[in-house]
Amino acid sequence: MKAVEVKELTKRYGTLEAVKGISLSVEKGEIFGLLGPNGAGKTTTINILCTLQKATSGEAWVNGFPVARQRDEVRRSIGLVFQDPSLDDYLTAYENMSFHAWCYGVPGGVRRERIRMLLEMVQLWERRNDQVKTFSGGMKRRLEIARGLLHYPAVLFLDEPTLGLDPQTRRRIWEYIMELREQEGLTIVMTTHYMDEAEPCHRIAVIDEGRIVALDSPEGLKRRLGGDVVILETDDNQGVALELERRYSLAAELRDGSLRFTVDRGSQFIPELMRSLGQGIRSINLRRPTLDDVFLSLTGHDIRDEKPDSRAEIRAHFRQRGGPRR
Amino acid sequence: MMEMLRAIYIIWYRELLRFVRERSRMFSALAMPLLFLVIFGAGFKNLVGNLAGGVDFVTFMYPGIVAMSVLMTAFMSGMSIVWDREFGFLREVLVAPIPRMGVALGKTLGGATVAMLQGCLLLFLAPVVGVALTPIKVALLLPMLLVVALAIASLGVLIASRMRSMQAFQFLMTLVFFPMTFLSGVFFPVTNLPPWLMLVVRVNPVTYGVDAIRQLFLQGMTLPAVNPSLGINPTLGALGASPGKDAPYALAVTLFGHPMTMLQDMGVVALFGAVVLSLAVWSFNRQD
Repeated sequence: MKAVEVKELTKRYGTLEAVKGISLSVEKGEIFGLLGPNGAGKTTTINILCTLQKATSGEAWVNGFPVARQRDEVRRSIGLVFQDPSLDDYLTAYENMSFHAWCYGVPGGVRRERIRMLLEMVQLWERRNDQVKTFSGGMKRRLEIARGLLHYPAVLFLDEPTLGLDPQTRRRIWEYIMELREQEGLTIVMTTHYMDEAEPCHRIAVIDEGRIVALDSPEGLKRRLGGDVVILETDDNQGVALELERRYSLAAELRDGSLRFTVDRGSQFIPELMRSLGQGIRSINLRRPTLDDVFLSLTGHDIRDEKPDSRAEIRAHFRQRGGPRR
Repeated sequence: MMEMLRAIYIIWYRELLRFVRERSRMFSALAMPLLFLVIFGAGFKNLVGNLAGGVDFVTFMYPGIVAMSVLMTAFMSGMSIVWDREFGFLREVLVAPIPRMGVALGKTLGGATVAMLQGCLLLFLAPVVGVALTPIKVALLLPMLLVVALAIASLGVLIASRMRSMQAFQFLMTLVFFPMTFLSGVFFPVTNLPPWLMLVVRVNPVTYGVDAIRQLFLQGMTLPAVNPSLGINPTLGALGASPGKDAPYALAVTLFGHPMTMLQDMGVVALFGAVVLSLAVWSFNRQD
């Protein structure tokens, strides 16, 4: 049995098609990433898997249960850490945990012990009796992660788990998650648009405009690029691009006033390049490919090119009829 | 079934916890009705004089103010689903393996409980405004407040289950809540109104709730025969007040010429509440 299985999933909002037929499967114990810019359909896909939204067509199973028909079984199988906080600010950290434990029917004896263990793990035990509204963003996120693990989920969904957190907190949260995966054999499905956050994944599905454009390990994705990334600044970008094409059959792309291409053994290619085209070159940058480069080469646009995501679009639509927010 | 009860209990308990924590909400729901009581009471008392049955205006208004405080808290509590949605907590609830119906019922019941407690806070004012409270009256009042609060909290849940942002909130307060409250006899007797207004008042289910609460408060305050020409404001009072009749009945809502008793009033409210609650549960269940 797969931890997650998705077949030909689609989701429409009116005329807007947010998810256009996604299929994938996630093994037990795997860390699986959904990578893509805002509005690519990641969050919608996760919402469908979590029973928060209904698919327009297609099917999905989580922990063996069909999400459309056995909602409660699915809900009991999953832990969720949302993109935006979903805590009750007026309750204390402990009360938020208790509320969750009750909702998921965690038996009384285990409950207290488990809450204590998790709160200690995320270093919030000392603050357990403080209202959540006094917490910083990082503390809230840590509390949410602790809460998401409270009922021993089989699959943990992390929607942009470390969005807006400082690097130190991000690293610590990842340490917790990895530790738990080893201890409990947890499956993790995460969405992100931070490339470095997707690095620990076993496999990554790159999603753009509602479709999976590639599905591979991070290494495999990088290998597809074929070598190292070279970024050139020259006096005559057009001319150099033509020369690269003619002499080395390299397709260079012009972006933000510089030329960019990938080549095998870049460090050996650069001296050769200097000999042949040395004149007009102002700067050369050589590096190993990152997932950013992968994304760019797969979709033709940068992952950080902001497009409003579908939900935000809908929200904005409603807001226009209201007036200024609060 | 156990699942359902568990869900109702959890959500209900959270509402109570929030009530205790969120003092500002408690005070605002208390301050506004009090302000009305003080300002309108002082302002209109001399203008209006005594009402039918010899009831002092402030004494008349007080039960209405208790009702208003309950209405307001109940409505706001029901509507707080919109806040839960805005601040994300609703997702935590919706994704939990608990029946949605239980969530809607728990929310309504929690809101109603909180509203009832809020109404009780105002009972401490009774001696100040000259209303004699007996233990029996209070014992009868609590379930009455609860039924009224349930009906209005259901209305709040029903509306909130369809609302996607907080923008519409002010609009709904102005267009739904305030008319319902003001046209329910909170501030004036509904005995001698122009026909069009009378119609609106009679259609408004809140009217019956307010009427029942007022009847209970004023019960037993029978006054000696009053001559309409003496000391009673000719426009506002006295209509249908026969000497020696119980004060509340002189002010009660009439439906098809029949003055409503407390029990009948509560029947109307309960019926309205049952319909709205069913709609609220259905509507909450259907959302994504």
